[in-house]
Amino acid sequence: MTANPVSPQRPPAALESLRADFPVLDQTVNGRPLIYFDNAATTQKPLAVLAALDHYYRRDNANVHRGIHELSNRATAAYEAARARTAAFLNARSTEEIVFTRGTTEAINLVANTWGNAQLKAGDRILLTEMEHHSNIVPWQLLAQRTGAQLVYLPVTGDDGLLDLGRLDELLVPGVKLFAFTHVSNTLGTINPVAELCERARQLGIVTLVDAAQSAGHLPLDVQAIGCDFLALSGHKLCGPTGIGALYGRKERLEAMPPWQGGGDMIASVDFFESRWNTVPHKFEAGTPDIAGAIGLAAAMDYLDAVGRERIAQHDRELVAHAVEQLSRVNGLRLFGPRTGRAGVVSFLLNEVHAHDLVTVADQFGVALRGGHHCNQPLMKKLGVMSTARASFYFYNTRAEVDQFVAVLREIQKFFAQ
Amino acid sequence: MLDELNDLYQQVILDHSRSPRNFRPLASANRTAQGQNPLCGDNVTLYLEMAGDVIKDISFQGSGCAISKASASILTEALKGRTRAEAKALFARIHELVTTGETAGADLGKLAVFAGVHKFPARVKCAILPWHAAMAAVEGKDQPVSTE
Repeated sequence: MTANPVSPQRPPAALESLRADFPVLDQTVNGRPLIYFDNAATTQKPLAVLAALDHYYRRDNANVHRGIHELSNRATAAYEAARARTAAFLNARSTEEIVFTRGTTEAINLVANTWGNAQLKAGDRILLTEMEHHSNIVPWQLLAQRTGAQLVYLPVTGDDGLLDLGRLDELLVPGVKLFAFTHVSNTLGTINPVAELCERARQLGIVTLVDAAQSAGHLPLDVQAIGCDFLALSGHKLCGPTGIGALYGRKERLEAMPPWQGGGDMIASVDFFESRWNTVPHKFEAGTPDIAGAIGLAAAMDYLDAVGRERIAQHDRELVAHAVEQLSRVNGLRLFGPRTGRAGVVSFLLNEVHAHDLVTVADQFGVALRGGHHCNQPLMKKLGVMSTARASFYFYNTRAEVDQFVAVLREIQKFFAQ
Repeated sequence: MLDELNDLYQQVILDHSRSPRNFRPLASANRTAQGQNPLCGDNVTLYLEMAGDVIKDISFQGSGCAISKASASILTEALKGRTRAEAKALFARIHELVTTGETAGADLGKLAVFAGVHKFPARVKCAILPWHAAMAAVEGKDQPVSTE
């Protein structure tokens, strides 16, 4: 027997073997092996998710909830099983707390248009943070325009990309009706202390909404431990299909909210001039839902739990630490976001090279990055830049890919210095 | 691969992006127009001094990528002294050049360096944005133009 200590988790090399589950990764782009570093925009889909979609459309396709026949029964069972799977994924108290939506954006809009319309009045305040995605700003701006409520922002400290929690006592005060914030910044990679923020809000009776678009596929999530009233996620950022996401809402909150969209499925009964609403969560799901999407989402959640969400988080931490270390050795590179304790997202600028030029050249080397404002225009303004380049990782990315990416950045530097 | 990159980022383009010509506000301007690319937040402002039908002087300001900056810079050189009709005709040819890589007719001179853009569909907007702004200024439109 050797004396090597046994790791409680499989080593990173075992995660690399999962690349075989993602056929899209096995291709060349512009003559180079694809390095897909745009995972904060959307993740790739494993065979298990493709198979779940394929099986549903080949064998079970039917409309849900109203049918009597066999296929409708199967489709309904699979769709509701996906809801139970999502509830378990988030450790919600019950399946009634999960509303399927098109994604994070629609989930936030749902809350703004139902809870917000019913609860907010002129002079009420909505507290956001300066690092929010447009999807967690614009729905609240529209709500503020409808109701006369005011938006207030918790500042970001600067390039190191932390929330200025020293300002919380002054900003999170009675009069604030909602505190909505992101779990993980899609630009800065900051991981916010969501449980602490929710606890602070709860002490003052302030409702909380967590944007989990960037965290749901990367970190273990427990809505009861976080203590939020609402949480929004997108399936396509956690190996699931596009067009499906979920809103978690505390049951008592959802029950007190008026419906949003009207139509089939969300009603208990309809008369010519008035209707009675279905129970939650169906009250918020008007019309035929994205049945296949929900089934694909459940398959993605099964896949992530089989890999192990703590292992995914560990891999993120190791890979981003390696990336930050390598990038900090590149002269002329300005790195945004915390140096430590960050998610697998790095935003940067390289000398005077514009992010779009950088991303165009990187693509010629097979490296898929993103360049722009990342739907964070207010944050860009705060940082004093128009745009950044961004690399974002997932568990199927490797240290070798990070090294190649950094080598490509040096090539880009040379190219624009010629 | 690098050939295509060198086609896109020709030396003339890199030179104009680093040292843009006519990169300043224009005190004598009687027409201005803004161009915005909502995808990246880039913006460009064109300043035109129109004397009757002729672009007597022209300048620009703004922030953007190498392609959009070089396009704006070369545009100011190309449009100075042109009539409204000539400017519109040139715009049509540039549009054709950056979307197809070729255009029939007389030699475009320095503007021909933008032929490589057509191989990069995502970057066509960068090259054409300053032209949209210039056309809006020529037409006397006040609303910012957008690539979307």
